[in-house]
Amino acid sequence: MSVKKKSKAPGRTPMPEQDPEVRRRNFLEVPTGYTPEMAMQEAGRCLQCKKPACVAGCPVSVDIPGFINLLAEGDITAATRNLWSKNALPAVCGRVCPQEIQCEELCILGKKGDPVAIGNLERFCADYEREFGTGELPPKAADTGKRVAVVGSGPSSLTVAGDLVVKGHQVTILEAFHKPGGVLVYGIPEFRLPKEIVAQEVNFIERLGAKVACNQVVGRTVSLDELFEQGYDAIYLGVGAGLPRFLNIPGENYTGILSANEYLTRANLMKAYKFPEVDTPIPIGRDVVVLGAGNVAMDAARTAMRLGADRVRIVYRRSREEMPARLAEIHHAEEEGIEFHLLTAPTRYMGDARGRLTGMTCQQMALGEPDDSGRRRPVVIEGSEFDIDCDLAIVAVGSGANPLLTADTPKLRLNKWGYIDADPESGKTSMRGVWAGGDIVTGAATVILAMGAGRQAADSIHNFLTWGW
Amino acid sequence: MFTIVRREEMAEGTVILNEIEAPLIAAKAQPGQFVILKANEDGERIPLTMAETDAEKGTITIIYMVVGRSTALFRDLKVGDGYQDVIGPLGKPTHVEKVGTVVCVGGGTGVAVLHPITRAMKAAGNHVICIIGARTKELLILEEQMRAASHDLRICTDDGSYGREGFVTEELKDILDGGQVDQVVAIGPVPMMKFVSKLTAEYAVPTLVSLNPIMVDGTGMCGGCRVSVGGETRFACVDGPEFDGHQVDYDELMLRLQAYCEDEKACYEDYCRLHDTSTAE
Ligand SMILES: Cc1cc2nc3c(=O)[nH]c(=O)nc-3n(C[C@H](O)[C@H](O)[C@H](O)COP(=O)(O)OP(=O)(O)OC[C@H]3O[C@@H](n4cnc5c(N)ncnc54)[C@H](O)[C@@H]3O)c2cc1C
Ligand code: SF4
Ligand code: FES
Repeated sequence: MSVKKKSKAPGRTPMPEQDPEVRRRNFLEVPTGYTPEMAMQEAGRCLQCKKPACVAGCPVSVDIPGFINLLAEGDITAATRNLWSKNALPAVCGRVCPQEIQCEELCILGKKGDPVAIGNLERFCADYEREFGTGELPPKAADTGKRVAVVGSGPSSLTVAGDLVVKGHQVTILEAFHKPGGVLVYGIPEFRLPKEIVAQEVNFIERLGAKVACNQVVGRTVSLDELFEQGYDAIYLGVGAGLPRFLNIPGENYTGILSANEYLTRANLMKAYKFPEVDTPIPIGRDVVVLGAGNVAMDAARTAMRLGADRVRIVYRRSREEMPARLAEIHHAEEEGIEFHLLTAPTRYMGDARGRLTGMTCQQMALGEPDDSGRRRPVVIEGSEFDIDCDLAIVAVGSGANPLLTADTPKLRLNKWGYIDADPESGKTSMRGVWAGGDIVTGAATVILAMGAGRQAADSIHNFLTWGW
Repeated sequence: MFTIVRREEMAEGTVILNEIEAPLIAAKAQPGQFVILKANEDGERIPLTMAETDAEKGTITIIYMVVGRSTALFRDLKVGDGYQDVIGPLGKPTHVEKVGTVVCVGGGTGVAVLHPITRAMKAAGNHVICIIGARTKELLILEEQMRAASHDLRICTDDGSYGREGFVTEELKDILDGGQVDQVVAIGPVPMMKFVSKLTAEYAVPTLVSLNPIMVDGTGMCGGCRVSVGGETRFACVDGPEFDGHQVDYDELMLRLQAYCEDEKACYEDYCRLHDTSTAE
């Protein structure tokens, strides 16, 4: 962060963190949280702008000066309530939102120095309330007798479920995995988002009255038509973008090459980092290469380091500016000793006679003209091939739409990439009574955008249940 | 919890049958589909193809060989105990139609998976010949059921203790030489499926095999189950588990099944025995 502090306001209050040398080998959360004093100090930095720019940067328009003011006054319960009115999962968002390109980017203090640590404060309020709060539930409307099936249990679905159950509808979450939470449980590691927090968020929604049914693969165990036959009045699809992409280069089926989805699911959902205490194994790499530079890649790289790797390299075909990961994750990864090999792209994998990965051939790239996304397109530098050794490669180059549910539901209109076509305002799909939102509509995005879509869809579903389609 | 309502031991206790209460799955399951089971909180997710389903009773039946850590855990479950999680039905059902003469070839616990498919093939009006094999007589399972499910049952044991001495492929070759065969279905250890497919390719008889790669989710989100079929990567859990036997890269599959076998740790050794492909039991 910038150091030229011309304003009189004190600098940003850093959040204490585990020492990199220690944490690179454990799965405990990296930033350990503000003390109340730190939170008050940081809250005091907020200028309480009349026209707060930060709010416009938040996809769900959290009343940022409002909650910070309540916090500064010492009413943490009221501050958390204020957060909840816009954001059902503040403990999660405070930890995983890319604040530096959202709320904090627009904070006026950031023009001269460091912006207010909005995410840290959000996290503090939610954590404090969870630990010391009364656990009192928000008021709930009378039972409407309407039934809603919410498919998937990621942040988008949890938002829909929470919103609709408070409005008096009977909500059932149907999740394919044996545990609810979506990416929050299977993807994002413990050291970044403790699973206990996700479990408590889900528990909160259950206490509000929503039912959670796991092991329900919609499209296999039950179809959408069957859900309507069972008497559901509306269905929300928040099934995420769970299809792993591979590079489709020679040798990709050698053992020792895993999708980030598989690697992280083993580590997080199946707790394989505790193997053999638990039954699910995970490949242990000494020399690990992670392909990609998003949040998923950082999570995979840092997990590999924690599982005992000697060396972990991120290999990415564009440059530092284009890396999609949150700034904090890149920074943490570097502190933990992860190496970055930029403008580098693999062309094939090498293996031994037993089909095990031994290395890969890469080529050097240069940045050319901007592509459709506005980012400069990487172009190959001819004759720049070189080999690197590795015994584990984790492919984190993005994900797509899983066709399992949509192939079973031909009535559902998809776009050309296989994502569900849904109205951007309401989340309505081409099927009457069916809404969709989150990654399955936008493609892999962020927690807060998935939640924002969930909230809009919940409003639309509520209107439908009250007034009709 | 998914309660076990019936439990049987077969093949001298090395193979276990569990009939499990799972009404939602039983109502939808079709031959060829599989479930994923997890015994307890810390358990592993293990895919097993269903041997039987009873929609009225609301039960499914699995038959598995005790070969490693997770199946040893399954073995300890008694009637009245249960699995914490059962997910399914997963994978594509077997494509069953009337084609004429169908030969169903099963080895080891693959016979259990083959049973409902055999029955469906017969019900569809095919003339169904079955060949089942095992290392030795005691390890043979479901003989009576397979006899009832087919028109003609042939038995092979490696040691000649029962039926014909030798591999199922030898019996299959005689059948192929003896008359018109329109389709072969082969389910069993990978080497068995490989050699059956090699043989039927020579006779240009369409051959279906059911693959059992390592899986995690079973819904297409991890790619751990990828197999090469006709030079393309497919996810066995959603694109399969059944594939055109002539197109499958069996050698790659065998290597991939050993992904967790190299580690020195004892538990990995256990795991490895689960996926040991060198013995054609
Ligand atoms: C490793 C990783 C790290 C990330 N880090 C960040 C971050 O730091 N910050 C950030 O903002 N975003 C991050 N993201 C992105 C973010 O997690 C997603 O954008 C968000 O979770 C999408 O939410 P969702 O509700 O749409 O779907 P998901 O969270 O993907 O949940 C979908 C759920 O639906 C279930 N499901 C799928 N198909 C079916 C079916 N047929 N029947 C029943 N259930 C089904 C799935 O099992 C899953 O539980 C990360 C993603 C990953 C993978
Ligand atoms: S939800 Fe995310 S973007 Fe909105 S205020 Fe909180 S941290 Fe900032
Ligand atoms: S088991 Fe994960 S994709 Fe098939």
